[in-house]
Amino acid sequence: MSDMTFDFKEIQGREERLVPGHRMCAGCGGTIAVRNVLKALHPGDKAVVGNATGCLEVSSYTYPYTSYEDSYIHSAFENAGATLSGVETAYRALKKKGKISEEYKFITFGGDGGTYDIGLQSLSGAMERGHDMVYVCYDNGAYMNTGIQRSSATPTYADTTTSPAGKCSMGKPQARKDLASILAAHNIPYVGQTTYIGNMKDLYTKSEKAIYTKGGAFLNILAPCPRGWRYDAPDLVDICKSAVETCYWPLFEVVDGKWILNYQPKEKLPIEDFLKRQGRFKHLFAPGNEQYIEAFQKEVDRRWEELLERCG
Amino acid sequence: MAIRTRMSGNEAIAEAIRQIDPDVMPAFPITPSTEIPQFVSTMIANGVIDTEFIPVESEHSAMSAAIGASAAGARTLTATSSAGLAFMWEVVYVAASSRLPIVMALVNRGLTGPLNINAEHSDSMGARDSGWIQIYAENNQEAYDNMLQAYRIAEHADVHLPVMICQDGFITSHAVENISLLEDEPVRRFVGEYHPEHYLLKQGEPMAVGPYAVSNYCMEAKKAQAEAMIRAKKVILEVAGEFEKLSGRSYGYYEAYRLEDAEYAVVAIGSVCGTAKDAIDQLREQGVKAGLLKIRVFRPFPGEEFAEALRGCRAVAIMDRCESYSAQGGPLGAELTAAMYRAKVQAETVNIVYGLSGRDVTVGDIRQVFADLQSLAAGEKTFEQYPYIGLRE
Repeated sequence: MSDMTFDFKEIQGREERLVPGHRMCAGCGGTIAVRNVLKALHPGDKAVVGNATGCLEVSSYTYPYTSYEDSYIHSAFENAGATLSGVETAYRALKKKGKISEEYKFITFGGDGGTYDIGLQSLSGAMERGHDMVYVCYDNGAYMNTGIQRSSATPTYADTTTSPAGKCSMGKPQARKDLASILAAHNIPYVGQTTYIGNMKDLYTKSEKAIYTKGGAFLNILAPCPRGWRYDAPDLVDICKSAVETCYWPLFEVVDGKWILNYQPKEKLPIEDFLKRQGRFKHLFAPGNEQYIEAFQKEVDRRWEELLERCG
Repeated sequence: MAIRTRMSGNEAIAEAIRQIDPDVMPAFPITPSTEIPQFVSTMIANGVIDTEFIPVESEHSAMSAAIGASAAGARTLTATSSAGLAFMWEVVYVAASSRLPIVMALVNRGLTGPLNINAEHSDSMGARDSGWIQIYAENNQEAYDNMLQAYRIAEHADVHLPVMICQDGFITSHAVENISLLEDEPVRRFVGEYHPEHYLLKQGEPMAVGPYAVSNYCMEAKKAQAEAMIRAKKVILEVAGEFEKLSGRSYGYYEAYRLEDAEYAVVAIGSVCGTAKDAIDQLREQGVKAGLLKIRVFRPFPGEEFAEALRGCRAVAIMDRCESYSAQGGPLGAELTAAMYRAKVQAETVNIVYGLSGRDVTVGDIRQVFADLQSLAAGEKTFEQYPYIGLRE
């Protein structure tokens, strides 16, 4: 593994690999994921970027314009894992035959819909086969591209267009799938869960490890969506911070099967701190609905305890 | 020197793959094409070929990985059948519209309902409008020969389209018959090295594949793709011409068997054509002017040429090993009668559905078809436009 030191100025000064002019929303977490993960590529290293269909794809490669400095491929919604596995295999085949001399890295991006749900099989297959690639899920907790429909990454009680809160509904009734654990159960060399905190050191470090670890790697990045979560664009950083400080979105990694907690809040904040900043949970704060916030808190606590146990 | 041996259709395809030695093959097992990835895996395990095999978790991922590999610049292959092709459905279109010269060894088997594993063309016919070139074989020899020609067509600068090489499940894929193979070196020279013009891993030239295209651009992309399919017609014949010089075996859009002076013709695709030839030989001995138009190339559809080959026939039976549930007949029936109408070839036609789910077709069945055509032409009998043959009473 290469140099893992974190020099904020040097890294932020690196050439952008996702260039301005794309059509993603202001305050979009997905864009931050792509820019920062790609900044973890060492300058001069080549990459092929893959992408599942979603907001990112339709907004960053709208014919005839591409926002990527690197080679890029999109083919469909549910197959970003398989598609990039084909690219990576072609690379090995052509390298073996002496037709390519350069070094390449392979990084693909999918939203939670394309990763937790419709693309889960394709992702699982690609990871199980051990392709030398990184799959990055920018998890905004719903099908945002089609207009905020619930996914298996949507948190319980979130108000979405297919789990609307109403007179007879408190929003999404089901629990959120724990995808990072599912990927860890593939026994791949690297799984990391992160979001946008402080100077992005956690995101950078995990991205660099994922890219420069040989074999399959998976990154799960909490990537807020201003339209779906209903927040003011500048609040993004505070929301991510509260997700971590409430232990709703813990920062951890699983390296060769070993679970490592990367951050433990000094004082775990109540879940309201995360929920109250988002319009999708507004109905939970109506008088008489306290029990739902309590239930949400209980589930966060249970998962946090479980994680602490795994991390020893 | 030709090598005379005996092989099944799947073995013949595997032999062609060995000689071509493609770069990447993602595939998923499905009867009756499963042997092809098995043979390839064994050849890789024994160091016979350099191909990288991707043991994907589904056919959808097989085609998705094929798209990735081909876009990255690798000569790419897959094999499947039936539900496997149906599961690929969405990305089969993506492969064609991305103009990727992927080759698929398709072993034809019916689509499910009820579940059945035998020969039928509903799988490839279902994908007939997906933008893939489709070439069909009557037997193991043709499957081998078509496979050797596939990359030359797919990778041609005027084409850049994926190609399906089709053979009938079990009847061709598993039956062992005599075959004449070519030597490795002439095959390698014929197929040639693959030098794509643009690809993801090209040094100094990053590229993007698979855009979102708004209505301002999308229609032009589809028209360009349609024109490539039209240009493929010429390329298919050119490649066949070169192949004939190499092998002595002649191929075109179709094979006309005793058709030149025929009054009654059967039009069919695949293994049933062997049965039809036997029936025709018997009938010819009895003085019946019977003939066969065997379709080799279904996509592009050389409608004019097919119609012209049938000019002069009094009655034509168009045989579909496929239902289309249109309440009108099968896909070959629909397209060929339209082509005949445009060309003003005015034979009586009947569109027959036969051999579904591997139902056997005998020489006697085909002789009965010719007897019916004679009655139809003589005005002695009228027919429902789309009868089934070989149905249980």
